[in-house]
Amino acid sequence: MINWFKYASPRAFFPLAGRMIPWFGAGAVLLAIAGLYVGFFVAPTDAQQGEGYRIIFVHVPASWMSMFIYLVMAFWAAVGLAFNSRLSAMMASALAPTGAMFTFLSLWTGALWGKPMWGTWWVWDARLTSELILLFLYMGFMALQSAIDEPRRADKAGAVLALVGVVNIPIIYFSVQWWNTLHQGASVSLTRAPSMATLMLAGMLLMALASWMYTVAVALMRVRCIVLERERHASWLEEVSEVKR
Amino acid sequence: MSDIFGLAALSGVIRRDVRLAMRRKTDALTPVIFFVIVVSLFPLGIGPERDTLRQIAPGILWVAALLASMLSLNRLFEQDYADGTLEQLVLSPAPLGMLVIGKVGAHWLLSGAPLVLLAPLLALQFDLPASSLSVLAISLAIGTPVLSLIGAIGASLTLGLRGGGVLVALLVLPLYVPVLIFGAGSVDAVAAGLDAVSHLSLLAAVLVLAGFFAPLATTVALRIALE
Repeated sequence: MINWFKYASPRAFFPLAGRMIPWFGAGAVLLAIAGLYVGFFVAPTDAQQGEGYRIIFVHVPASWMSMFIYLVMAFWAAVGLAFNSRLSAMMASALAPTGAMFTFLSLWTGALWGKPMWGTWWVWDARLTSELILLFLYMGFMALQSAIDEPRRADKAGAVLALVGVVNIPIIYFSVQWWNTLHQGASVSLTRAPSMATLMLAGMLLMALASWMYTVAVALMRVRCIVLERERHASWLEEVSEVKR
Repeated sequence: MSDIFGLAALSGVIRRDVRLAMRRKTDALTPVIFFVIVVSLFPLGIGPERDTLRQIAPGILWVAALLASMLSLNRLFEQDYADGTLEQLVLSPAPLGMLVIGKVGAHWLLSGAPLVLLAPLLALQFDLPASSLSVLAISLAIGTPVLSLIGAIGASLTLGLRGGGVLVALLVLPLYVPVLIFGAGSVDAVAAGLDAVSHLSLLAAVLVLAGFFAPLATTVALRIALE
């Protein structure tokens, strides 16, 4: 029988996170090198879009991560609200800045791609607009948490906001199906064969995995900082080798 | 207890809030005057060409309604929070969700309903045709309650925080976007000679969803704020 709640205490989680960070960090670097190599040197040139399409190796993983991180953040927020566990709420606030970064990256690379392909930096299309709203939701979450001084109230208020904002995720994901907009439909799907060359797909998946590992590493690093900040009066911190004076 | 669903408490809260607002008429009128002024600024900024104005009128009226509704959100819970009434409401035997619906209803009566009545009049200044006027009023009548409902979540989350006013805008405006799109879209559709029913149905669907979930989220947020 596994004790699922063992690592729910910051004290047990802190060293575990410290041991996991190097593995995920190294994995992220290696996968990113492999993904960028496949993407920029191995994958064939696109018949219609020329070399400019290669930005999808950053754009698509960033967009996936922007939505995925929000879902994970909302999940931890809900767990924190339901079980009143401190670490889940810390996890949610540790994920938010990375999610906002990926959302911004997705919008930025999309603009760089849109200029040569669509002839414009920005269109008010359903997917672009809802991704922009996602960025605002991340910003609202972070602004609300930083405006509340009391950590427990900040956790809970942020959790309610994250759960309210989660309605936006299906809207972004299905926007290209529901509305007939300029943004192209999904090229990759779980249910049918992808409509792209295998090498392109491989590069994209490698980059997506690299982004995921990067997110895990950074979130764990940030959660350790939050633990240190909040538990600074706790006696167990004296036993942690990194903190020992 | 006879009042199991809290209906008496609901109407009590609405009557109390409306009466309190009527005692300070200027406070209650401020969002409405704000709405009128913002709408009249656009022709001055853009220029009085009637074709342009007719085209942008639905968007302007809707955005101004959004801002006016948001501006009055701090009245929703802030005063009751400051003088302790809110604590009593949370402690009262009536379900908190019903009391929240009452407060939201009063907020709509004071800040949403006047806009519904005023907007067609202001739309005349923008030379909107008569067919668009009724759709504009209907879309505002369905949409402004959603603004009050979503706004209540933001208002309860930022209760008693420093810089609460700007923070509410940051939290609430992104969530207002669907209402803006479908509301202004319905008027645009009529102007383009299409049927507005699809937009209005979607708007009504948003109202139903918000009417169910927003009071729940607001009660949770209120309890967190009062902990």
